[in-house]
Amino acid sequence: MSLGTPEHDTQEPVQHPSREHSRRQFLTYLVAAPTLAVAARIGADGLAPGTAQAVVPSLPAPAEVLDLGDALILAAAPTANLIVVTVDDAGRVGLALPRAEVGQGITTAVGMLLADELDVPLDQVDVTLADARPELVFNQLTGGSNTIRSVYGPVRAAAAQARARLLAAAAARWGTAPSVLTVSGGVVSGPGGRTATYAELSAAAADPGLAVVVATPKPPSAARLVGTPTNRVDARRMVTGQMDYTLDLDVVPGALPTMVRRPPSINGTVRSVQNLAAVKAMPGVVDVVTVATGVAVLAETFGQALAGKEALQVTWGPGTVDGESNATIQQKLRAATLPFAVPPLLTTTVDAEFDFAMVSHAPMETNSAIADVRRDRAEIWSGLKSPIVAQQTIAAELGLPQSAVTVHVTQGGGSFGRRLFFDAALEAARISKAAGKPVKLMWSRIDDMRHGRARAASFHRIRATVAAGQVLTFEHRVASGETDTRHGLGEILTSVAASLPVGGNLSFAQTIFLTTVHSPYQLGVTTHLLNEVPLQMHTGSWRSVYSANTRGAEEVLMDEIAAKLGKDPVAFRREFLKSDRFRAVLDKVATEGQWGRSLPRGTAQGIGFHAEYKSCTACLVEVDATDPRRPRVTRATIAADVGRPINPRGLESQLLGGLTDAIGTTFRAGLHIDAGLPLEGSYSQFHYTRQADSPRDARVFILPATGEPGGAGELGVPAAVGAVANAYARATGTKPRSFPIEFPVDFTPFPR
Amino acid sequence: MPNYTFQLNGETVTVDAPADLPLLWALRDKLGVTGPKYGCGIDVCKACTSHLDGAAINPCVTPTADVAGREVTTIEGLAGTWSDDPDELHPVQEAWLEQDVAQCGYCQPGQIMAAVALLRRTSNPTDADIDAIENVCRCGSYVRIREAIKAAAARM
Repeated sequence: MSLGTPEHDTQEPVQHPSREHSRRQFLTYLVAAPTLAVAARIGADGLAPGTAQAVVPSLPAPAEVLDLGDALILAAAPTANLIVVTVDDAGRVGLALPRAEVGQGITTAVGMLLADELDVPLDQVDVTLADARPELVFNQLTGGSNTIRSVYGPVRAAAAQARARLLAAAAARWGTAPSVLTVSGGVVSGPGGRTATYAELSAAAADPGLAVVVATPKPPSAARLVGTPTNRVDARRMVTGQMDYTLDLDVVPGALPTMVRRPPSINGTVRSVQNLAAVKAMPGVVDVVTVATGVAVLAETFGQALAGKEALQVTWGPGTVDGESNATIQQKLRAATLPFAVPPLLTTTVDAEFDFAMVSHAPMETNSAIADVRRDRAEIWSGLKSPIVAQQTIAAELGLPQSAVTVHVTQGGGSFGRRLFFDAALEAARISKAAGKPVKLMWSRIDDMRHGRARAASFHRIRATVAAGQVLTFEHRVASGETDTRHGLGEILTSVAASLPVGGNLSFAQTIFLTTVHSPYQLGVTTHLLNEVPLQMHTGSWRSVYSANTRGAEEVLMDEIAAKLGKDPVAFRREFLKSDRFRAVLDKVATEGQWGRSLPRGTAQGIGFHAEYKSCTACLVEVDATDPRRPRVTRATIAADVGRPINPRGLESQLLGGLTDAIGTTFRAGLHIDAGLPLEGSYSQFHYTRQADSPRDARVFILPATGEPGGAGELGVPAAVGAVANAYARATGTKPRSFPIEFPVDFTPFPR
Repeated sequence: MPNYTFQLNGETVTVDAPADLPLLWALRDKLGVTGPKYGCGIDVCKACTSHLDGAAINPCVTPTADVAGREVTTIEGLAGTWSDDPDELHPVQEAWLEQDVAQCGYCQPGQIMAAVALLRRTSNPTDADIDAIENVCRCGSYVRIREAIKAAAARM
């Protein structure tokens, strides 16, 4: 792609950084003709931390100065000019989004931004998922609740410039000034009733000789769709069965359904296959090949590949964590927990320890990929949140130049962090190379749960000191199994290291921890420290990364500190929260959820609050724990301030999803590691929330815009974890310390 | 391999498959009908929920031989059971659109087929009836699924 001439940036009006929030300026470029194609680049950047009123003031935490999302935006800035808005000769607006859609609704939200900026209906906009584009460097990673935050500026700037070019083309055609023209529904209207469609204007608008003034995006007050609840653009395909996930694609003729027999413990190795000839002779089986992760069976159908892989008799070498179980991991985490700085002297101490078990991402679509590896090239299809790193890794694995590996990003059936990694894509490439055939690889559910990635277990030690109605110190020490972030995050953080608000020789994990976790309360001297224990298991960021556990545990402790101070949980939070913005969402749920209302015995309310990525939320739930072994959230009220909501309807979905995650992981969903392998192998054993666990009454309130968009994809989990645990505590009179709370091995594990 | 002939979404199809091949793979890998999704293979997650003679089944555990001579409906054929107009959806699908239920969408064909089966058994389902639907939605769209089922029941 060749860059064209910069539009006249000298004519761009100067924008003054707001005190309330940061603003970014963009230079825009015409990048291609004859289709109108416009891009934007960040020209100036200001990141202003907010201010907070003090109770006993806490110094700003790193994440309040510059959070992980800010780091991702900074790292992506140099290539923001490569996100291109097009208007074709049919008048359709297009954008190949370099992010992954896995259910967050980003193609709808980005489509809304484009529709508003270009004055076209939403159904005239096509937002697709870009292939891996290595020239984007750090600007093709879907994570950190960052998609809307990172594309909000460049997409609007490019769209505004495209609109300006279309207006200039109409003005030139009619010999009038662009300022007298109006646009509605993709049709430009001028004096004398003249009209022209974008379809008619796109070629002229793409003329590099066209004189165009630099346009700035519309002010929020001009929003038509943005901020209005809007249904998903891809919903019809989903409810009719027409949405193609990876294994629904028919893109490589002859690609064989393939499944892999995996070792009896994590990272076990293949020593030998006993019955290779017998399995190759099974009905429908086409080939059997050994790869690093197991033995692959290629067949005419997945049913036959599954039968073949189950029939394999394999001698396995040991795995990397064969001696580990939940108990040994908990012991290691306790031993690795860093000490407190403040001794418990002269004041009242509130101490607590929490354990969180490993949790599978368990997306409905298991790890899957299509790979067609030839001698001199390869082509891959998979749901990928870091496709460039996938491309680099697969190319290196295959011994091919990166440019010879084409990686297509398909829409994913859920992720929750799982698809930051590309385990299936890499494995499919290895199998295709070994077999010399194109393959459609699908992991079984059992394998996906046992050998797929999961949230690491964590241990938390928290100490607060209170005196004279105030909190003087708050210390939180987290020990966690290592969370694998080798999907490009380390390179991104290195690239922006000079801007990070953390010093010293911190690990990447500690940097991520400190740029995502902070306390929203004034708790005096506040410190958070993470120490990770290297366990060679398959881990990965799980929705909200460290915050679900870290902030969830803190929300439980907030109730206990409030009790120690003789304060009501909501009144305590209202007093100690750092900002009026935070208090507004708290007050919203307290009012709408009728905090303090009378409930039957065994049923209670609980509250939780969380702030991250410039957004904040509060959650109020009611839990019926009449049967304490099968508690149920019966009612939920959620409020959120996300800075500027793009699609409130989609945000509601994200927050309800976060609540559902919290119900599952707080009450019943976790993994039991035993002799180096999770015992759980399906949803009958990993007790993720189902309809019967879900509240019959749930309401979400999205507060009006207060600034620019914050992150919201992971926001809902930590507050809901706190709310659910606190309601359970009050309903049962217990102090929850180990999550999930109800966690017996209540099933017969599948064979290894 | 034996041949099995059955009605699939209003058309007669014949598939050449081992008798015990789960119907899910006959549909997906031999007939190219990909609406029913794999999620567990053992009748736990219900993502593949489809209809056999109008009642809910899970093709991941239904042998292909068992459907010979019978009528199979997948999400692709649901609208056709309601209206001959190819542009018209089933009221449950319409309710799913109005309530904007789907997130990743992977489980939704199964959720919709389960909801239609429920509404065939009872035209006015209670909350307890809806709670009995075990289909897993990992995105957590349960609140909207409940609303959509009630809205569809009111419309039908």
